Amino acid sequence: MNKEKQDHVLNYLNKNVRYDGRKKDEYRKITVETGIAATAEGSAKVTIGETVVLAGVKFEVGAPYPDQLDKGTMMVNAELLPMSNPRFESGPPNIESIELARVVDRGIRESNAIDYKKLCIKEGELVWTVIVDITPLNADGNLFDASALAVLLAIKDAKMPKLKDNKIDYKSKTDQKVPMLEEPISVTVLKIGNHYIVDPVSDEEDVLDARLTVALTKDNTICALQKGGEQPLSEKEIEEMVDLAVRKSKELRGYLR
Amino acid sequence: MDKTNLKINDKDVVVPGEILAEGMDYLPSQGTYRKDNHVIASMLGLARIEGKVIKIIPLSGNYLPKRGDVIVGKVADINFSGWSVETNSAYAAMLSMKDATSDYIRRGEDLTKYFNIGDYIVTKIYNVTSQNLIDLTMKGPGLRKLTTGRIMKVASPKVPRIIGKQGSMVSMIKKATNCNIIVGQNGVVWIKGLNPEDELITVETIKKIEDESHVSGLTGIIQKFLESKGRKAVLETVTEETTGEA
Amino acid sequence: MVYKKRLDGRKFDELREIEAKVGVIQNATGSAYFRIGKTVAYAAVYGPRELYPRFMQDPKKGLLRCNYNMLPFSGSGERVRPGPSRRSREISLVTDKALLPVVDLEQFPNSVVDVFIELPQTDAGSRCAGICAASMALADAGIIMKDLVGAVSAGVVDGQVVLDLNYDEEAYEEGDVADIPVAYIPSLDKFSLLQMDGKVKKEDLVKALEMAKKGAMHIIEVQKKALKSKFEVSRK
Repeated sequence: MNKEKQDHVLNYLNKNVRYDGRKKDEYRKITVETGIAATAEGSAKVTIGETVVLAGVKFEVGAPYPDQLDKGTMMVNAELLPMSNPRFESGPPNIESIELARVVDRGIRESNAIDYKKLCIKEGELVWTVIVDITPLNADGNLFDASALAVLLAIKDAKMPKLKDNKIDYKSKTDQKVPMLEEPISVTVLKIGNHYIVDPVSDEEDVLDARLTVALTKDNTICALQKGGEQPLSEKEIEEMVDLAVRKSKELRGYLR
Repeated sequence: MDKTNLKINDKDVVVPGEILAEGMDYLPSQGTYRKDNHVIASMLGLARIEGKVIKIIPLSGNYLPKRGDVIVGKVADINFSGWSVETNSAYAAMLSMKDATSDYIRRGEDLTKYFNIGDYIVTKIYNVTSQNLIDLTMKGPGLRKLTTGRIMKVASPKVPRIIGKQGSMVSMIKKATNCNIIVGQNGVVWIKGLNPEDELITVETIKKIEDESHVSGLTGIIQKFLESKGRKAVLETVTEETTGEA
Repeated sequence: MVYKKRLDGRKFDELREIEAKVGVIQNATGSAYFRIGKTVAYAAVYGPRELYPRFMQDPKKGLLRCNYNMLPFSGSGERVRPGPSRRSREISLVTDKALLPVVDLEQFPNSVVDVFIELPQTDAGSRCAGICAASMALADAGIIMKDLVGAVSAGVVDGQVVLDLNYDEEAYEEGDVADIPVAYIPSLDKFSLLQMDGKVKKEDLVKALEMAKKGAMHIIEVQKKALKSKFEVSRK
């Protein structure tokens, strides 16, 4: 880690200013757009500051999992495109993209956002799979929150395709939406020194001590957590970080329309 | 024939492949080439017509190391003969022990006490080979290690505008923000102020110059910008500015 | 000749609607967005930058390395599996060759210029859209280039020569279809991409190339405008 940069970022935070001049609990400007890829059954583009993330939904049909014969499934995948940051390299998904996909997946899955029972076509034989792909176009920090928001918006935007002889007829979409029960919002809080911040830029992510991603349901139930960074967290710190996440999630929820 | 055969005006933004002049009256220079009867642009940039010579001032692009340039580099590695330094270009540079200091360095001495990995230095390129192997030196006025400052990167073609004629722009910003600023020719800028607010205004000002480097009357725009931030901005070397090279 | 009216109502030599924008990816040295009809391409250029592995370095000039990739949700049918396929690798190769004749990297020996092309949505003509986006992104990155490159496909649908086939025309079943993607360099008056799927008579090939040339010239005008307008915004 770059000690010099960390000192400098900390020096700013000690004076209550972020490295880019923001307040500690302030998000950059957020814009959301849905239906950005007509070839996807559902899609969204989320821009947070200079970070731009696309998410697209495709459907597949297949056999259910043996332990969930009456339920459809979901899969979240992330590709950290080398287009989006000079640090990212071509090749098979690295650990960073796997973590991103799994953390977003967990928020959707554990909140029971999707009514999987309604995605069952024929019990024990055929169910729908919702596949969501996350692809950042420009990565400048906070891919977690941007991706979670983009994925949820893309699922909400999706229209199920028609089923013909147990195969998907991709040419004809129905008006049917993905059956949903919950809308999880994810907020990532960073700890640098004794400070908590949200929506980090790359410069801040480079010098973080700890990171906590908190996924929250509408009634503020925590539905997924992921701690990152090299430093451990105390109970009190966790509590404070979750409090901040709860407070900021209300703001992010506004972008679901 | 009376008709002018220039196809563009001075300071127009031109793109690769654009015909700038017809006939043999005009001569192609930097960023242009001749094909048959035409002078054609070979890069995106501002066209400058100087007498009969047409050239292009680039508006973007990565840094190409040049002999004599003072740059801000980052120490990437330490090896037997000295230091390897990132130059914000496609090429790493070498700083040998003898060019780093006039101290006598014993065999096997700990080199990190001079420069450690991750340190930023303001250094001078004293040699570039045809293969773009680069040698650096720390011997010269102002060349030194930089401590506890803020680093920002700008597109290297914008550097002359940030510096201004005879350093007029950067010294105006320094005075207005009370910051120490070093602008490397490689587009790496080091800023150190007394407090975050001063540094943030400096960063914002430099970004504004970068965005509007092709606009005429830039100095006035920046002066107003600094004043809008409650800073006193005085331009000392008052000369009519022209676009580009410093 | 049965194909008297195009499926989407265009004239035979009419391009689909085009939208172009430059400077869309902040981290990149240069970038661009290019949409033709329902096909969308983004291109980002990084470099010249250090090239590894070392054995790929060329001591005479920098290397141009293009990477064409369809995003998983960019096809109207099944999800496209992420990662390189034989198809995407071949398109990356011909994209490279399409751009190489205009790009001059002699000042940057041993380095690489990476061009990443990503398609979030496709409806035929995706390699051409990618080349157009890349052409603008390279210019935006300040790369020395003799010219811009215009790419579009022409072809023959059931005996009729047409410009810029969409997916429905490529898949036309009531007659033979030939699809000929080309890239054209005006200052050289030469083609740097030429591929063909289907069957075509030589006379029709010549007609199609002529039509594609005109289409490419128009596309280059659009590219020029997009590149210039990036600087007019702040010029006010």
